[in-house]
Amino acid sequence: MSTTRKRVYGYLAEFSSASALFKAAEKVRDAGFSKWDCHSPYPVHGLDGAMGMKRSILPWFVFCGGTLGLITGFSLAYFTQVEIYPTVVQSKPANFFTIPAFFPIMFELTILFSGFTTLFGLLGLMKLPRLNHPLFASRQFHRATDDAFFIAIEARDPKFSPEGTRRLLEDIGGKSIELVEEED
Amino acid sequence: MASTANDHSPSQTRQGPKLPVLEREKLILNGRSYHWITERICGVLENRQPLLWWILFIPCALIAMIGVGLGLTYLVSTGVGVWGMSNRVFWGWDITNFVFWIGIGHAGTLISAVLFLTRQNWRTSINRAAEAMTIFAVMCAGIFPAFHVGRVWMAWFLAPIPNSNAIWQNFKSPLLWDVFAVSTYFTISLIFWYLGMVPDLATIRDRCKPGLRKALYGIFALGWRGGNRQWSHYEMAYLLLAALSTPLVLSVHSIVSFDFATSVVPGWHTTIFPPYFVAGAIFGGFAMVLTIMIPARALYGLQDLITMKHIDNMAKIILLTGTIVGYAYLMELFVAYYSGAKYEMDAFKFRITGPYWWAYVAMMSCNVLSPQFFWFKACRENLWVVLAVAMCVNVGMWFERFVIIVGTLARMFLPGDWKTYSPSWVEIMLFVGTIGMFLALFLLFLRFLPCINIAEVKWTLKESDPHHDDHHDHPDHGTEVVAAYQHELHAEGSADAKA
Repeated sequence: MSTTRKRVYGYLAEFSSASALFKAAEKVRDAGFSKWDCHSPYPVHGLDGAMGMKRSILPWFVFCGGTLGLITGFSLAYFTQVEIYPTVVQSKPANFFTIPAFFPIMFELTILFSGFTTLFGLLGLMKLPRLNHPLFASRQFHRATDDAFFIAIEARDPKFSPEGTRRLLEDIGGKSIELVEEED
Repeated sequence: MASTANDHSPSQTRQGPKLPVLEREKLILNGRSYHWITERICGVLENRQPLLWWILFIPCALIAMIGVGLGLTYLVSTGVGVWGMSNRVFWGWDITNFVFWIGIGHAGTLISAVLFLTRQNWRTSINRAAEAMTIFAVMCAGIFPAFHVGRVWMAWFLAPIPNSNAIWQNFKSPLLWDVFAVSTYFTISLIFWYLGMVPDLATIRDRCKPGLRKALYGIFALGWRGGNRQWSHYEMAYLLLAALSTPLVLSVHSIVSFDFATSVVPGWHTTIFPPYFVAGAIFGGFAMVLTIMIPARALYGLQDLITMKHIDNMAKIILLTGTIVGYAYLMELFVAYYSGAKYEMDAFKFRITGPYWWAYVAMMSCNVLSPQFFWFKACRENLWVVLAVAMCVNVGMWFERFVIIVGTLARMFLPGDWKTYSPSWVEIMLFVGTIGMFLALFLLFLRFLPCINIAEVKWTLKESDPHHDDHHDHPDHGTEVVAAYQHELHAEGSADAKA
């Protein structure tokens, strides 16, 4: 059963510069929208505040990952070297006081685990990889990675209305406003 | 899109004296637009490669295949004896090359991480290429210790995996620390490099026509959309990786130096080794960045993105780290003298006056004397001088490791071990092969990946600051911008100079 029905994703409006985007974002925030985003070719400084976003929680993930790495490094070195199979090389003992010799391993594994947590935590928080997205159907969105600044307001936002949102975007200086649709 | 020079000029509402603030030199010249930056950087990989690319790539790839491919095949099928490992100087060129390549790999992470944390925005034009260089240099480095273990098919014994002998690795050994440090370094550098590239891969994806090429770049771009809800986490991740890489980069070469410093061998058993090795690594790494970026800049017309200012900064870092390295060399000699230890003094006397005196002279002149040219502005601005000094440093840093390793192992405690070392042809072949491999990989990188960080370069433009035109909100900073002296000296390259 194939249908060619389309579902509205939302509005996409272009803004002329980073400062125009910033000022527009403050107004969209104040209008009370929640399901919207600003698209820019580089991270615009201070836009988090203008969008009313909280600080990323990624550091907490990384802290946990790093701690896990530290514990792993210690356990790996201490239990194998001191508890399971004490290895005496060049008459250097294997006991509690050997722990300083394990610091390099503990350090490296802390960094390694933190790095992996950063990578996968970031992908999780960004909800990527997601190779397809309704915005990619837009005829102008490809410029978001080149030189254009966009605000996209999604139709699933409770404040969204076909006329009102369009008018808002026009009022705050949005150009070439486009209704983006996705195939249902 | 060109910004005017007076964007930051204060209005006249404020009373009282104004602080003169030196105008910052532009990182991107000629007021280039966002679109120009995209076009120029993507053009490097979208356009037909210049003939010179092929002229360089084909021999490099052949050298890599013969040197590394055939060399290793012969080595593994015959045995490590052909590598000159049947005598006392078994570390010879092999570990010299390992330390040399690992050292080169340090500039990439330094530029990406340390200069990021210290807000040195000029890093944006060179960090991508330097990180790529790091990855390739560490790949070259890894070959040597992996095959140096003797039976390479047993190299998995280095990994802490339970095995049927129930024996675990010696976690107190610096050689095992090295395994952890280098493999962590490679992994983290790769993550850092790749994550930094995701927005730029999306830029290339969005420029491609539908097809295989778009699909491939699209997969690696992960569906990046440049939304601020992504950028927010992305910037945090970048900051975290920078903060993680900074101690990591310092630890890696420190641990490499522990391979030497924790032994009881005269000339190696010194506490100065970790900082000395780290400074040397940064020094050699920056030299290699200059060695490959100056030609690439000219070849692809990137002069507005990698400006003389960038080269000037790198030359200054080479001067600084070269001087630190020179200090370490002299301090090493002084401590050997001051210790009064006969073996220690003899070890250094042998390095300077023994059969390897020429290596010591090469090390001293290339690493300590040649960077001194960079005290002079005229030398920092002459690309031929910069390139010549960078080449000298590349050579000098190799000789430094040669002096440390061969100059010590050739005269150990037992006179029966004494030997005048010369490399076997397999050693030479592998070293030349890794040079070919490094250059070939770098050329492939230029061909297929964005060699400059597009998003970050755009971010450094003045109009990228959302408040750059907010004179009404912030009428006065209490400062007065005065033109940088460089602008007065150089009309060239500063189209916006307030003549």
